[in-house]
Amino acid sequence: MSVYDSLDSITEELHKCMKCGNCMAVCPIYKETRQEVGVARGKISLAEYILSGEIEMTKGMGNRFSLCTTCMACNTNCPCGVRFDKIILAARAESVRKKGLQPVKKIAFTALKMQRVFDFGMKAGSIFQGVALKNIPNRHSKLARMRVDVGIGKEKVFPMLSKKTLRSEFPQVITVKNPKMRVGFFTGCMINYFYTDIGRAVIEVLTENDIEVVIPKFQACCGIPASVNGDVASARTLAKRNLRAFERMGADALVVACSSGGTAWKHVFGELLENDHELKALADKWAKKSYDISEFLIHQVPFKKEGLGRVARKVTYHEPCHLNRGQGISKEPREILKSIPGVELIEMKEPGRCCGMAGSFSLVHPDLSGQISDRKTADIQTTNTDTVATGCPACRLQLQSGVENAGFDEEVLHTVQILAESYRVGKGELKRSK
Amino acid sequence: MLAREVLEELVRVLGRENVLTEQEDLLTYAYDATAAMKHHKPDVVVAPLSTEQVADVVKIALRYHVPIYTRGSGTNLSGGTIPIEGGIVLSMLNLNKILEVDQDNLTATVQPGVIIQALNDEAAKHGLLYPPDPGTVTTATMGGSVSECSGGLRGLKYGVTKHYIMGLQLVLANGEVIRWGGKTVKNVTGYDLVALFTGAEGTLGIITEIIVKLIPAPEARKSILAVFDDVDKAGRAIAAIIRNKVIPATLEILDNVTIQTVENFVHAGLPMDAEAVLLCEVDGYKEVVVREAVLVERILKEEGAVQVKIAKDDKERDLLWLARRSALPALAQKRPTTVLEDATVPRSKIPDMLKAIRSIATKHNLQIATFGHAGDGNLHPTILTDERDLEEMKRVHLAVDEIFETALALGGTLSGEHGIGIAKMKYLDREFGEAGVAALRRIKESLDPNYLLNPGKIVRRD
Repeated sequence: MSVYDSLDSITEELHKCMKCGNCMAVCPIYKETRQEVGVARGKISLAEYILSGEIEMTKGMGNRFSLCTTCMACNTNCPCGVRFDKIILAARAESVRKKGLQPVKKIAFTALKMQRVFDFGMKAGSIFQGVALKNIPNRHSKLARMRVDVGIGKEKVFPMLSKKTLRSEFPQVITVKNPKMRVGFFTGCMINYFYTDIGRAVIEVLTENDIEVVIPKFQACCGIPASVNGDVASARTLAKRNLRAFERMGADALVVACSSGGTAWKHVFGELLENDHELKALADKWAKKSYDISEFLIHQVPFKKEGLGRVARKVTYHEPCHLNRGQGISKEPREILKSIPGVELIEMKEPGRCCGMAGSFSLVHPDLSGQISDRKTADIQTTNTDTVATGCPACRLQLQSGVENAGFDEEVLHTVQILAESYRVGKGELKRSK
Repeated sequence: MLAREVLEELVRVLGRENVLTEQEDLLTYAYDATAAMKHHKPDVVVAPLSTEQVADVVKIALRYHVPIYTRGSGTNLSGGTIPIEGGIVLSMLNLNKILEVDQDNLTATVQPGVIIQALNDEAAKHGLLYPPDPGTVTTATMGGSVSECSGGLRGLKYGVTKHYIMGLQLVLANGEVIRWGGKTVKNVTGYDLVALFTGAEGTLGIITEIIVKLIPAPEARKSILAVFDDVDKAGRAIAAIIRNKVIPATLEILDNVTIQTVENFVHAGLPMDAEAVLLCEVDGYKEVVVREAVLVERILKEEGAVQVKIAKDDKERDLLWLARRSALPALAQKRPTTVLEDATVPRSKIPDMLKAIRSIATKHNLQIATFGHAGDGNLHPTILTDERDLEEMKRVHLAVDEIFETALALGGTLSGEHGIGIAKMKYLDREFGEAGVAALRRIKESLDPNYLLNPGKIVRRD
């Protein structure tokens, strides 16, 4: 039985917890609120009380279950091996079954399901975003801030919606001479609508390595925002659509440059579709050949080192929770960075601590998200670097927001962008030497 | 339920954001880290920001006869923070400032909500150390740890929490604020209330500020691991080390059940048929450490260890400690419920205690793994069980009774470092006799006549 279908599915997981409270040492939320309900132990108790029938699921309970960035730090620090990430998903799904989805989220997830409407909305958004958002002068990226507070605060800095989505910018198949592989690129929403620069970098690096890139037109949102908030039905619809879109186009492997997307393809699709024989098999098949871009470049290609030009950057690396703890990818991005001539990698304190973005968490709990971000920003600032690299567009947004609000000069990039930059410089160097 | 006026007064004093009244929040203060313990929901949780606010809360509670359960991180193992009579849970976590590290007097002054590790991180910046290191060092608060007088791995050489507490600011049960002790090494002015309140489990007063003693951090350390095929030999080795005037910072023991469980869990390279493993660490000046390590190695071999390893560097040290570090996680993952006891005996009685525990396990058909601080006689017999299995839990309770009886018969004590709380209250007269318990009660009643503070712990109303 999957965690998405019933709270009973986590009974044994709950029983493993001995209430030692070791999760308190690492929980980013608890560190800010210092309230027991913020930490895994508190929410585990609430789930236990519900299962034992001592209390019923309430709306208030749902609000408490929203207090988790799903950063999985507690999993790692738990002496009993409790998988709290599973518990929180089950609790949230139960909350939605019993008490419904918060209206804002309902609208958002419905929109995600209707791709064309969503695309249109985003297109309209890219034209009219100036109404709600005020540009911020920044020499690295186009950033903006809310003009009015619509309940998420005015602190948060957003990237401007791209005029053209990534998927409309490229054909479905990007061919290369003598391809050694055909790779499907799952863009994810943030890269498709906001951070098209990351998407372009992925394509650049793959084609540079003689890999044909396929970007199926009918791919959809990964569904993680829905599944982590308990909207299992929407998540299932999206999982099916994505599997069919990639299956139709076919590829030797699938790459993502987003930690949610990676988690979705590697783990979540299979779990969501557990009861659907045919689709479960399809999900498992694609899970086996899904890779994060850094993992793919190191272990599957491996990417070519000749032709890398000099990029003078002092870089610190922030670990996305769902890449590091979620997929065990931590060495690979660093290895890529270290292989780029001119890049000096300087580690920050606790690179693996959550940045506090956590998707819709930052919209539902803007203050808390901001406090968590402030710690991360301070850690970045003390490294005296000029660039933060990370492996997730959502983290990038949060880090940019933090850096912008703290007012120091630091560019926030996806690791693959720095690699693409290096190839680009390399080509320039080659031209000049000819 | 609390009268509405009580809540209104609390909100007036503390502000709404520091008063929790919704059941979804209250339920998360109904338990602590103690296994197989009934939970109790408080009526309200308050988190004061100053000593004055703590005093105001006490005065309100006094006026309306509402019990107060002071709480830090709730990591204790004696039911010490469970609000069994409802009332107010007083969370000290907002009082979390390190007020001062005084390098000239070698002291630190902290608020009670400071996490022990945070104090140590701050002390380390000055090359200093706060030695008490309970297993919960990264989560437990200073206030909780002083109130429970927690111990840890370094007890043998460095002592426990009570040896490092020099002064306290306290809110008494009548709402008055007093200071006792201070930064002076010597202080015999009046009764030693600092000693009395350390380990009082929040039953006599509320700690709002703590002055601790710091020591220069040792410059070097060396770890030695020894494997024994016989518990008695391990016991004799412990005695021999001490007899040779070496006082290791830590001297830990793992019994056969623990070794097997750990080995299956992390493959630390220990022989499965080993009857006991001793893990010893000496620390101090570099030269001294080298000399002591060689001496310890020789003693261990002379006492019949089948295998002795000295860690050459930090990497090897981590490897040696892997087994000890993994003991609790490995045991905890074997069964859902882990009953961790801390009966303590004079260190010379360790082999007797280990053997007694093993026969108790056989008698009641239970899995009991024992590991712990052999150097100071503080063992952790750990019963692996499932609290849903009521029949097995009955046997667990019988075994716990017998473990305590054995410890007392060997000249030991009920609790080395976890405290009495609710869990061990019923055994107190076996250690103190009725007159002893009555004396405890008179102390409690002279300082807290209305049983306002942490009622139902250590001593009950007659």
